[in-house]
Amino acid sequence: MFRSIVMTLALAAGFAAGFATFPAHAETPRDMIAGYTQEAVRNQPGFAASAERGRTFFARKWNVTDKMPSCAACHGERPNAEGSHVITAKPIKPLAPAANPERFSSLAKVEKWFRRNCTEVVGRECSAAEKADFVQFLATAGGA
Amino acid sequence: MKNRLLLLCGLLMASGTVLADGPRLPRELDKTWLEECGSCHIAFPPSMLTADNWRRMMGGLDKHFGANASLDADSAAKISAFLERNASSRGQRNASSTLRITDTSWFVHEHDEVSPATWRDPKVKSAANCAACHTDTDRGLYKERNIVMPVTRR
Ligand code: HEC
Ligand code: HEC
Ligand code: HEC
Repeated sequence: MFRSIVMTLALAAGFAAGFATFPAHAETPRDMIAGYTQEAVRNQPGFAASAERGRTFFARKWNVTDKMPSCAACHGERPNAEGSHVITAKPIKPLAPAANPERFSSLAKVEKWFRRNCTEVVGRECSAAEKADFVQFLATAGGA
Repeated sequence: MKNRLLLLCGLLMASGTVLADGPRLPRELDKTWLEECGSCHIAFPPSMLTADNWRRMMGGLDKHFGANASLDADSAAKISAFLERNASSRGQRNASSTLRITDTSWFVHEHDEVSPATWRDPKVKSAANCAACHTDTDRGLYKERNIVMPVTRR
């Protein structure tokens, strides 16, 4: 009895701490797809995010640089498995939220990495349409 | 007398570990630093380079050893301050004109027994991939007992 109360208290405290560290308004892959789509529609009326285009983008070999030919070069062929940094060999956790719930939960983080990785791999910033497709693909990529 | 000697030895050893500030992680671990500088590779201990080295590195993050590691100004300022506060106090031994830890004289000296073939091993890939051999880099432990050499059979 006593033990179960302690357990409950501990659990409650854990949850409270968990919520406290969560950003004030949670950001989800769905929010991001909606946001990028809204932006894309301005240049491309009727645009709708496509997981299939996202998949092609993820695997495409741009060959802008020798070391970083594609997104998949570091993130792995399968986005729900671990990847590995092409230069440093550091393991990179899966990009698909089904395998790694931390993904696409902070817009600031996602924007930072799109900026870095797109300029390196594609040679320019990614468009809102490409980002919408990319997140759509990962959000629908199944678990491991 | 014997006790005195032991005490002296103990003191010498203790001061030895204090002087060897090379690989240790600082007691304060800046969260921004851990996350930003630990995303593409391990977060290298600040004490492995001089304050001047870190200042120069932080001034050119958009062209960072072949990667684009650019940061917002706030995070960059926070990280610079943390790195400089905890930088090496050992002068030239920890200074690097290329800004690579792997080019400092202490690194070259500590690793003079590692063979060229080992450095080229596909599991190592780069001398900067410390974690390929040092298994406890996230705790800042680089001692011999925290090393497992990778062997790739062909
Ligand atoms: C040179 C290696 C490398 C390549 C190539 C690469 N990435 Fe990344 N990417 C990383 C690393 C490292 C991280 C951050 C580490 C982590 O969060 O696990 C990251 C994180 C991301 C994130 C953040 C996701 C989140 O919510 O945490 C996005 C989005 C992303 N990459 C998109 C891309 C896209 C798009 C491409 C291709 C245009 C690409 N990456 C190619 C290394 C790479
Ligand atoms: C976008 C990826 C990325 C980020 C973010 C990043 N680095 Fe690097 N860093 C690299 C790459 C790639 C190398 C080259 C590694 C190699 O040659 O094996 C490197 C090398 C280094 C080296 C030299 C290692 C050696 O001795 O050869 C240091 C020191 C370093 N980084 C510090 C930092 C610091 C400090 C930060 C945070 C401000 C940081 N890095 C953030 C990608 C990154
Ligand atoms: C290929 C394997 C390998 C890689 C990669 C490697 N080391 Fe080492 N390191 C060793 C070996 C072997 C020793 C010697 C151990 C001994 O004799 O005590 C050593 C010794 C050291 C020591 C001295 C430890 C002590 O107290 O005796 C430090 C510090 C160190 N390495 C740091 C690093 C750092 C930092 C990196 C990455 C920038 C790195 N090493 C990369 C294999 C490696």
